[in-house]
Amino acid sequence: MTAARVSYDEAMEDFDPVFGIEVHVELNTKTKMFCGCANEFGAEPNTQVCPVCLGLPGSMPVTNEKAVESAIRLGLALGCSIRESSRFARKNYFYPDLAKDYQISQYDEPTCYEGSLDVVLDDGTVVEIGIERAHMEEDAGKNTHVGGSGGIQGASHSLVDYNRGGVPLVEIVTKPITGMGERTAEVARAYVATIRDIVRALGISDGRMDQGSVRADVNLSLRAKAPAGEDQDAVPFGKRSETKNVNSLRAIERAIHFEAGRQAALLSDGKPVVQETRHWHEDTEETTPGRSKEEAEDYRYFPEPDLLPVEPSREWVEELRGTIPEHPAKQRARLKDEWGFSDLEMRDVVAADAVPVLIATVEAGATPQAARKWWMGELARVANDQGVSLDELSVTPAEVAELQSLVDSGRINDKLARQALQGVLAGEGSPTAVVEARGLEVVSDDSALEKAVDEALAAQPDVLQKIQDGKVQAAGAIVGAVMKATRGQADAGRVREIILQRAGVEG
Amino acid sequence: MTTVDWTRKTAAQMAAALKAGEVTSVELTQAHLDRIAAVDGPVHAFLHLDPEGALETARKVDEDRAAGVELPALAGVPVAVKDVLVTEGLPTTAGSRILEGWIPPYDSTVSANLKAARMPILGKTNMDEFAMGSSTEHSGYGPTHNPWDLDRIPGGSGGGSAAALAAFEAPLAIGSDTGGSIRQPASVTATVGVKPTYGGVSRYGAIALASSLDQLGPCGRTVLDTAMLHEVMGGHDEKDATSLDEPVPACVDAAMQGATKDLTGVKVGVIKELSGSSDDGGEGYQAGVKQRFEESLERLKAMGAEIVEVSCPSFEYALAAYYLILPSEASSNLAKFDSVRFGLRVEKDTVEKTMLATRAEGFGDEAKRRIILGTYALSAGYYDAYYGSAQKVRTLIQRDFAAAFEQADVLVSPTTPTTPFKLGERLDDPLAMYLNDVATIPANLAGIPGMSLPSGLAPEDGLPVGFQILAPAHEDARLYRVGAALEASLTEEWGGALSAQAPELEVAG
Repeated sequence: MTAARVSYDEAMEDFDPVFGIEVHVELNTKTKMFCGCANEFGAEPNTQVCPVCLGLPGSMPVTNEKAVESAIRLGLALGCSIRESSRFARKNYFYPDLAKDYQISQYDEPTCYEGSLDVVLDDGTVVEIGIERAHMEEDAGKNTHVGGSGGIQGASHSLVDYNRGGVPLVEIVTKPITGMGERTAEVARAYVATIRDIVRALGISDGRMDQGSVRADVNLSLRAKAPAGEDQDAVPFGKRSETKNVNSLRAIERAIHFEAGRQAALLSDGKPVVQETRHWHEDTEETTPGRSKEEAEDYRYFPEPDLLPVEPSREWVEELRGTIPEHPAKQRARLKDEWGFSDLEMRDVVAADAVPVLIATVEAGATPQAARKWWMGELARVANDQGVSLDELSVTPAEVAELQSLVDSGRINDKLARQALQGVLAGEGSPTAVVEARGLEVVSDDSALEKAVDEALAAQPDVLQKIQDGKVQAAGAIVGAVMKATRGQADAGRVREIILQRAGVEG
Repeated sequence: MTTVDWTRKTAAQMAAALKAGEVTSVELTQAHLDRIAAVDGPVHAFLHLDPEGALETARKVDEDRAAGVELPALAGVPVAVKDVLVTEGLPTTAGSRILEGWIPPYDSTVSANLKAARMPILGKTNMDEFAMGSSTEHSGYGPTHNPWDLDRIPGGSGGGSAAALAAFEAPLAIGSDTGGSIRQPASVTATVGVKPTYGGVSRYGAIALASSLDQLGPCGRTVLDTAMLHEVMGGHDEKDATSLDEPVPACVDAAMQGATKDLTGVKVGVIKELSGSSDDGGEGYQAGVKQRFEESLERLKAMGAEIVEVSCPSFEYALAAYYLILPSEASSNLAKFDSVRFGLRVEKDTVEKTMLATRAEGFGDEAKRRIILGTYALSAGYYDAYYGSAQKVRTLIQRDFAAAFEQADVLVSPTTPTTPFKLGERLDDPLAMYLNDVATIPANLAGIPGMSLPSGLAPEDGLPVGFQILAPAHEDARLYRVGAALEASLTEEWGGALSAQAPELEVAG
């Protein structure tokens, strides 16, 4: 049964929303958080396991230093303070996918705490989101319920794959975010998109929401609007729902729309909102109740006695700080200015994930527009055909820049450049090498061009007459014939000049 | 056929005889297997034997020795392993029915160390379930009996390892000590047991009871034998994050030095609260235990040691703190026994019911008692009052030790307040059972090393009394020096090891 609800806009008219987001980022370290098993997506079930991540009796965890490094870098990118000493804790609960029946996480001593992140909305508005903490933990395995509808209810049995068990995660928790009003859904979406962009820019995660590398839980509550002239912050927060596993940017907006409408309908009816976790259904774009707060488990956290505290030296933290890339949204704004792109051009470049290759191509000497033309045109098409991302193509930004410089110097024209690019993509060498090997250079030797023009004019004497009669545009037919004769390697402008010279007309 | 009863020799003598070619490892191993077959029925020190594996190891050692291959010091000397240690291919239960039939697919670091030292592993010894107990009566497979008196407890949790030594079923054994599980069994069986400094021996592959207290250690019939095994077991292990990154202490050298009976310049501190000799700590101490302790102090003094009294006032709270920290950690460590991946499974129609039924059937009463205690102590709203306060006590105890070690090089006390009690006597009184560990628990809370060695038989019951020596963290060698000196002085009087005085066990058919 679908609960009664009002529209998002109506909900926003009557209530003041408060929200918070927990984002789980799966790190792309080579090995798992506490053992040496491979951390790779998509292997055969239970092939990336060992006594540690299977929780066999007697096994013990050892912290992956690379994961700590990634977590600290992420914390620094979120403006967090880095704790000098932080302990892991055990979060105790029974579940078949949790091999030890406790999860090693961080509780009262997260490594990264008290940060803030600027989120840039589509219209350029900048919103500062307070970050409460970013802490490390291990992922659980994955249950597959067999029979029935695929859920645990009605299943005949369940299978557990522990490959994901022990994969390193960083959980980023925001402070409660208030005052966003009807822009709440938009801000939530932009926040998660920013986190995704940051983890990609840091190179610590592939940031793929479709594969679960970035997952979000969305907390939302509504409170009454303060009477005009009174302080909204004086109104206490309402009871919140926590919608789990909202795993796409669109779904984040939709989930907030749904929850706001659902809660508003309840409150308007004088009914209470129950503090509970809720499940998001991608197909119906609705949430349904999970555990309520009353049934919530007591995780009995206590310091993990099998691990030493994480104690990064100040020197190391400062060294890592030096590796933090520019905030993606600010970088975009800066580049848009520097490159002179229109809003639309920049948005397309961002959407195509082409910012990094464009930067590298411009650094290698190409103009921003030329770089954009190549990567968003010919190369985007090739990448799409091959089903790979731009940075996976077998052409480097430096080669693209080199190709463009060959065009700019007049050695080749655009058409020849596309042929040269095919050669580069086919592994025939650098653009210059391909141009030389394939003999693609523009024919700029006047005597060769003059010969070709004379032959063409001789073949079409009527055209020469037309030109001499003042129909200069008739020269196009001769240009075409010369281009054909030279297999496109002639400089069309020069050919035209020669034709006009021969006809005794000024160009 | 040899006429020598090799099972009566010390491990050091066995190692020397093997080297000299007076005996083969196969002969030694077979002699112990025969002894086990003859006496283990009533003693029940072993849960599982591996005659084929042990003899195979022995054969290879003999072959290599014959071929002139350089071998480790204890190569060919058999050893018994407490069932808490995961051994690849050998059943491992930690004394619990919930792990019945589990064959581990991997080796603990210590069992790998024993294999690298080329020591034949005779089998797995009995213990209280998950090392919870002081008598082995909480084993899921029936109690072990004390070879000195089969009606009495062999101590616990490592009663199997201690009894195997006392019954001459093995010359050496591995133990684990969370609150005294090596030292208390050593005390009541007239054997030697050492709990090393926390982190001195890798815990990887030791089934955890309370991770911040657990420490594996060596058990033997002499101080030197124990030192030799300690050096085989110990050392840094990258698989255990709490493992100390430092070399194994020079235990054997220290034992040799001690055997010269010169303790000049050594300051020995008597812990007032644990000595049984003062108004503060006299309660519950048996007269014969006090007497043997005092006599041992006189011997230390006679060898040149200076005896001082130290006070550790916070020890009063040690037992209470211990029984909050241990169950808390245990309740979490024992969660993994959920039937999903290994061990017992009592199949029900949902996974939740299956977990509940498996744990209800698989765990014994003491395990359940401690899981309940620990779950309660860690609960929201109680954590600070229980677990939090216990951690504060732990800090106070560490301070007491630090202050005491300012005044003395080693600290001493009786290992247990009494000689071994009768099986069944304290089974229904957990508190009385827990009190037995009052002198051993502080060392675990502070992470410092401790040893128990025999100091004689109590005149009133003729049963073994243990002498405990404690040293600062990392100073395990001091235990061996002082222990070997006291042992040398005592064995001179006894005309041999005290273990030789144990009554003859009836030999099976």
